[in-house]
Amino acid sequence: MTTLSNESFTIESFYRYVGEGKLMAAKCNKCGKVMLPPRPVCPKCFSKDMKWVELKPRGRLLTYTVIHVSPKQFESLVPYPLGIIRLEDGTQFVGMIRGVEQKDLKVGMPLIVDFEKASSGKPSEQTNWPAWPRYYFKPA
Amino acid sequence: MVGKPLASIVSVGISKFGKRDGVYARELFAEAAKEAFERCPNLDPKHDIQALIVGHMGESYEHQGHTGPTLADWAGLTPKAAIRTEAACSSSGVALRIGIFAVLSGLYDTVMVGGVEKMTHRTTADATEFLAMASDYPFEQWNGATFPSLFALMATAHMHKYGTTEEQMARVAVKNHKHGSLNAKAHMQKEITLEQALNSRVVAWPLKLFDCSLITDGASCVVVTKPDVAKKFTDTPVHIVGSGQASGSIGLYEREDFTTLDAARLAANEAYDMAGLKPSDVDVSEVHDCFTIAEIIAYEDLGFCERGKGGKLVEEGVTALGGRLPVNTSGGLKSKGHPVGATGTAQACEMFLQLTGQAERRQVDGAQIGLAHNVGGSGATATVHIFRRG
Repeated sequence: MTTLSNESFTIESFYRYVGEGKLMAAKCNKCGKVMLPPRPVCPKCFSKDMKWVELKPRGRLLTYTVIHVSPKQFESLVPYPLGIIRLEDGTQFVGMIRGVEQKDLKVGMPLIVDFEKASSGKPSEQTNWPAWPRYYFKPA
Repeated sequence: MVGKPLASIVSVGISKFGKRDGVYARELFAEAAKEAFERCPNLDPKHDIQALIVGHMGESYEHQGHTGPTLADWAGLTPKAAIRTEAACSSSGVALRIGIFAVLSGLYDTVMVGGVEKMTHRTTADATEFLAMASDYPFEQWNGATFPSLFALMATAHMHKYGTTEEQMARVAVKNHKHGSLNAKAHMQKEITLEQALNSRVVAWPLKLFDCSLITDGASCVVVTKPDVAKKFTDTPVHIVGSGQASGSIGLYEREDFTTLDAARLAANEAYDMAGLKPSDVDVSEVHDCFTIAEIIAYEDLGFCERGKGGKLVEEGVTALGGRLPVNTSGGLKSKGHPVGATGTAQACEMFLQLTGQAERRQVDGAQIGLAHNVGGSGATATVHIFRRG
């Protein structure tokens, strides 16, 4: 029995958990697929029988870039690194990398997922983007 | 055994690509359509063309939606059915496929397929943001991803896994600018040096300015008919003998391997199987070089070389005019320009010109088989079409 309704396995819910400092994924009770971001229907077996699982916020950098030309919402941050990590449980995720110089970025380096305490109001203040709390990657 | 034609192209039109101040997308499209009509005197547009299928990515550029009938109107095709397809940078690659379906179904004998985008009147920041809409919003765009950055993530992975170099990527730019210098319709008709490319400013490391295709205004179109009526319009039709399309995850981050586009490999296999052809049969091709790394990955996904050997292929000059397998003779997205909605059919236009011997200074002598590879976003859509001289 699931305690949360199926509608809860949403991107909005994911970011609500980010605001609590948690990296939460959906796990399919039928086939075991872990979905990050969560999805209301399992794309592997089509089950709607899900549960929330908290992922260990640790992984390794699979690939990265450093962005110098950005949309206007992010212009105050350039240059900023963006990377894709593989978490210890095997799921992959994308995010900005903070607290590391470009010369120290290396494919394979360990990173952890951290969370802003509350939404900074940036960069969404200039736009109609949602004011979600932010997660990011930083050196372990 | 070469597969039987699915459909035939009997005429093509392409606007001048470039920074086209003071014109709207619909006016660019009218320019391309007019050229297609003039190229084919036996075609009576109002009588023969039964529907228009057009690729167009973004309403944001001109605050104009509902672009199917808008373009039909300016092309002089009202009241014919007008259908718009949107698949980011592969919008008109998909339109071409729908055009093939349209004549294969038997509903229509002849349709016009095209695409358009008007981009340069907006700032680079705006264009960057509009283009980024073709990526995943709540995780990629939300974290500041841009299109150069997504292909940069692929480039970093390709460099790490296969040892591909920034210099090999720059060689794609040098080659395509050389080809573009031979195309009067290209946006940038000038050659560049390897040093210029390597020393240009960083957009999204490891990609630099000259690794990126151009923000361009332009339109393109082809007239597609049933193969058995093609000769009514021209003695030199080009047959479409293979068509493939596949999808990938909208988020790049979900993929198992960032050094290949699964959708492009699947689309290529579908098209080759349908055509009864293999990669070594291809004489000339247009591939989706939105970024230089994308052309290197395209060589590998299309089977022009082994995985990981794409950088070597451009280094050895195989894909330059005069080489064994010339790629992007038009100048590609890199030099001809990339008005995103127009790109897929612009590739088909180049294949028509090459396979009918009309490619002028960039002609590949005796080309019989052509291929066009069109990618939407970071590979969530890919189409591959194979063409044979009629």
